[in-house]
Amino acid sequence: MSLEHFQERIREAAGRRGALRLRGGGTKDFYGNAPRGELLDTRTYAGIVSYEPTELVITARCGTPLAEIDKVLEQHRQMLAFEPPHFGAGATFGGCIAAGLSGPRRAAAGALRDFVLGVKLVDGRARALSFGGQVMKNVAGYDLSRLVAGSLGTLALIAEASVKVLPAPACETTLQLAASQDEALDHMNRWAGQPLPVSATAWSDGLLRVRLSGAAAGVRSAAQKIGGTTLEDADAFWTGIREQRDAFFRDDEPLWRLALPSTCPPLALAGRQLIEWGGGLRWLKSSADPRDAARRAGGHATRFRGPPASGGAFTPLEPVLSRLHRELKAAFDPAGVLNPGRLFPEL
Amino acid sequence: MRAFLPERAVLHEEEDTRPYECDGLTAYRQLPMVVALPETEEQVRRVLQACAALRVPVVPRGAGTGLSGGALPPGDGVLLSMAKFMRVLRVDARGRVAVVQPGVRNAAISEAAAPFGLYYAPDPSSQIACTIGGNVAENSGGVHCLKYGLTVHNVLRVRGFTADGEPITLGSEAPDAPGYDLLALAIGSEGMLAVVTEVTVKLLPRPQSARVIMASFDDVQTAGNAVAGIIAAGIIPAGLEMMDRPATHAVEQFVGAGYDLEAAAILLCESDGTPEEVEDEIVRVKSVLERSGAARMTVSRDEAERLRFWSGRKAAFPAVGRISPDYYCMDGTIPRKRLGEVLAFIGRLEAKYGLRCPNVFHAGDGNLHPLILFDANSPEELHRTEQFAAEVLEKCIEVGGTITGEHGVGVEKINQMCVQFRPDELELFMAVKRAFDPQGLLNPGKAVPTLARCAEFGRMHVHGGALPHPELPRF
Repeated sequence: MSLEHFQERIREAAGRRGALRLRGGGTKDFYGNAPRGELLDTRTYAGIVSYEPTELVITARCGTPLAEIDKVLEQHRQMLAFEPPHFGAGATFGGCIAAGLSGPRRAAAGALRDFVLGVKLVDGRARALSFGGQVMKNVAGYDLSRLVAGSLGTLALIAEASVKVLPAPACETTLQLAASQDEALDHMNRWAGQPLPVSATAWSDGLLRVRLSGAAAGVRSAAQKIGGTTLEDADAFWTGIREQRDAFFRDDEPLWRLALPSTCPPLALAGRQLIEWGGGLRWLKSSADPRDAARRAGGHATRFRGPPASGGAFTPLEPVLSRLHRELKAAFDPAGVLNPGRLFPEL
Repeated sequence: MRAFLPERAVLHEEEDTRPYECDGLTAYRQLPMVVALPETEEQVRRVLQACAALRVPVVPRGAGTGLSGGALPPGDGVLLSMAKFMRVLRVDARGRVAVVQPGVRNAAISEAAAPFGLYYAPDPSSQIACTIGGNVAENSGGVHCLKYGLTVHNVLRVRGFTADGEPITLGSEAPDAPGYDLLALAIGSEGMLAVVTEVTVKLLPRPQSARVIMASFDDVQTAGNAVAGIIAAGIIPAGLEMMDRPATHAVEQFVGAGYDLEAAAILLCESDGTPEEVEDEIVRVKSVLERSGAARMTVSRDEAERLRFWSGRKAAFPAVGRISPDYYCMDGTIPRKRLGEVLAFIGRLEAKYGLRCPNVFHAGDGNLHPLILFDANSPEELHRTEQFAAEVLEKCIEVGGTITGEHGVGVEKINQMCVQFRPDELELFMAVKRAFDPQGLLNPGKAVPTLARCAEFGRMHVHGGALPHPELPRF
């Protein structure tokens, strides 16, 4: 199937001011507000367009399975350094970029948006557009590639994307230490302020896990400094955190995602917590809404999984930012065709 | 503005406004109607509100070191100098962030963070003078960005005002903020979307040690392949720079960096980290370079030698300035694999236009800085230089690259934007601009050409000129 197919569908929907629900593998249907509109399946436009390991860039169409990208990169000992969650076997590359979610390596390597170099889009006026490219540095025009990353398909259909890739670390080891939440936050922030090859951290139920990645010599000396015991089967542990299959995530309580300054002290909230990203990401299993507490602490909270929360899944925006969001939405998608309401009810 | 700005903060006599007539691209000059030098956020807001009410253009300016004319003043408007916003407001060592005003110099952030063993990673060559506000506007890079990223990867939050004077905060000290990534959109927007009054940056622990390898090659293509070889081996060096023979000869006379003058090209490859990591990486890089056909290699033995190797690279622009009355610096980025082809193309253009063109190159990121040597006193030679530069930039687009990697579009490359982008894409840029600035008052006429302009100029290019601030090292 071709790009023109997407253009036709969008043109047709815009003509009658209908709504389209852009969807890849549907693995992230739970994320954001409930999707609505006629289904536009992006999996019909698939395939790796180019990948040259020495250029550190992979370009692929939206319907390409994320697993295929991981596999191809692995064959060349490279990786998506933002370690995106799949949340299911059918996850697509386009869905990954549109959701904008990053995994355990986020605090060390950067977020998904940091790696996006260029995109090909179909906007709400059915125009095929290209921004950015395959080069590492590019300041020609506004950075619309990063703007659409994480926009949940509300601005444009991301038909193709180029992302920077990195070499997989030569050596990796995970250590486990007993720690209270206070102690864990203290460790995480102190380690991040030192030249240590920490590539992931996770704390829950009195146990802190820290992953070290890099050259063997550096990992060895850092492991001696940090102490604790070596965690067996570490890859399975980190996959469990990334994919939310870890025991922490397994109950029926709603799951909240709190993004906070890493030094924010433990928040006294009802429910269980799991802390990642050096203290910057805190998962909360609770039926109480933590959004006010998160905002007071300098961050924000998202209803990640569970029944709809009042006011929508995300923390509502302040008036000026809300107006800018509406204006941007109108610039990309004046008829409001693309994933209406998925990000904010008013968009 | 006199009603709410301090005395001497509103300049309009020619002797006062003359210093603001251009930025680092001196070929374009324009006296601003008025220069405003506010000291507080409230004063910035009132300047913007007054200008919005009167429909007067506003151009923000940092240190004026930009190379693309992004801070060229409006003849019929206000040049908004942020020079008085020069305080470091907070360094949070535990949280590894610094909150600074936009007029703080790039290097001053690392100086303020140094007592805590931290630093701010992006290091544009003009870092001793350029300000963080200007870095945000241009998404500035530096020699370490392959490993440590650009401004967009190292700024967490900006605070400022829209064109109407409405306060906005984009980003957060948390890992992300709800909604669209307006912070990423604002960074590199060349002062067209908002005026920034406060910047929160990420600080990193300073690497314990660093060493640099200087490798010589008998031809540039082999050197280019060696760059690919290093990356194929899974190594991301802290810095990876290339200079061709004309460039090494120019700098060697100027600073005596100890470069191999026999080599057709040299590579500088830096490793940083813990002493163990550096040792390990140096061994691996040396082995790749040997296999890739390096004729000779020298590894810096101590910090003094490392800095000496870098001194030549950092002095490349002023050194070239000594061997020619004027030079024109380009900023294209290309896929690394096309390096040999593009350098050969530039060689053919040297013959075609009868002008010399040494090359310095951020090899790791594919960012080229060819320096065309010319004499601005000869209009004919300036014209040939412009043609030469236009052909190089269009070659960059043709091989899948971009007309600007880190210097910005400004007024300088605005016509090439018509080549790189199609009308629909330019129109979306303009719609984004209108979302933030419906009256089009912030830095009008820069970065994004109107479709009428593209139609009028077609592929004609109107740039040229030499760099001021010859004392600054330029990468």
